[in-house]
Amino acid sequence: MASLKALRLRINSVKSTRKITQAMKMVAAAKLRRAQSQAEAARPYSERMARMLGALGAAVTGSPDAPKLLVGTGAEKTYLLVVVTAERGLCGAFNTNVARFARNRARELEAAGKTVKLLSVGRKGAAFLKRELASRIIGEVSFAGQKRIGFDDAAGVATMITTMLDDGDFDVCELVYNRFANVISQVPTAQRLIPAPLPEMAIEAASGPQALYEYEPAEEQILAALLPQNLAIQVYRSLLESAAGEQGSRMNAMDNATRNAGEMIKKLTLNYNRTRQANITRELIEIISGAEAV
Amino acid sequence: MATFQLELVSPEKLLLSRQVEMVVIPAAEGEMGVLPGHAPMIVALKGGAIRVTEGGQITESLFVAGGFAEVTAERVTVLADEATPLAELSRAEAERRVAEAEAEYNAAGMATPEKRDAAMERLLSMRAMATLAEAS
Repeated sequence: MASLKALRLRINSVKSTRKITQAMKMVAAAKLRRAQSQAEAARPYSERMARMLGALGAAVTGSPDAPKLLVGTGAEKTYLLVVVTAERGLCGAFNTNVARFARNRARELEAAGKTVKLLSVGRKGAAFLKRELASRIIGEVSFAGQKRIGFDDAAGVATMITTMLDDGDFDVCELVYNRFANVISQVPTAQRLIPAPLPEMAIEAASGPQALYEYEPAEEQILAALLPQNLAIQVYRSLLESAAGEQGSRMNAMDNATRNAGEMIKKLTLNYNRTRQANITRELIEIISGAEAV
Repeated sequence: MATFQLELVSPEKLLLSRQVEMVVIPAAEGEMGVLPGHAPMIVALKGGAIRVTEGGQITESLFVAGGFAEVTAERVTVLADEATPLAELSRAEAERRVAEAEAEYNAAGMATPEKRDAAMERLLSMRAMATLAEAS
């Protein structure tokens, strides 16, 4: 049995761990609220964008010189997976989940005879992917040290993607990120970016009154400007969702850690008290038997 | 006077959503005044000022650096890349960004025509910003 002193030290160290995890949980909760409101604030833009894109896309699809961003390169050989993960750890299985999902998706595509390239966004995912699929990584983006993610950051990633598309580096682009279902559950999701999937309602409405829009300048020109913007907003949305999910996941992980620490303290304290009692009893026996011997 | 719903959205938030009488938007091919019941249109925007009229007076003036607008009979949605109230524009800031855009344009000079056009557009919208900053 451990000595009393060792137990005391142990209890104290677990107590301070609990303090830290508790504080981290509070911080994550506050950040989660902020991340959620940021994600909500971004929603109107992407909704309106989808509506406009639907009207435009329906008007242009089918024409031979439709932009590459909308219809892809025509081939389906090389896939680019953009994997969005967090910048920091200590958030449960958040990063592992999305990275593993990306790895499985990559394996699946490769099994089907496609070439896979990876663009990793976020420091944590990069570490995992480098271990598993190092040869497929063609780029890394990290926002480490940034307090909040702005639209400009997402636009930067989108520009990287469009440049690669123009250089003919890939045919299909998919975005892999943790979709924020609710605070306790984040679902790794793959979303197609290029060729851009048109919102379904738009395809239905193509023959309806929406087709009556006038365009200034011509459809193709607006579309050429709208598509990169749409790409950026999709990336932005996924970054925000991932950020919110990260905080949610961290909050959970820290909550569990705090609870575990509490349990551990309880056990250690019991152990400590028992040892103390045993020591006292032993000393009493020694004194009594010593007195009897005299 | 009849009104319509005006929505001004930037990627980061919903900036404005209310009933107005008229709005002037800087469409790519010239400024465009929109009154209720306008024919449905989708337009690209260039850098310039959005002016909102309510009760016969201009109540809001904002600079947008570019974007898109969707016009229907009862609604106008402006997707702005960036929107700042005119009163908050600063001349120094505008001039700095003009210089930046100029440098970018010069750098893009040798590159592909699309890149040069994009840089040109940005430069023009920054110049518009500088002019507006000076006027206000």
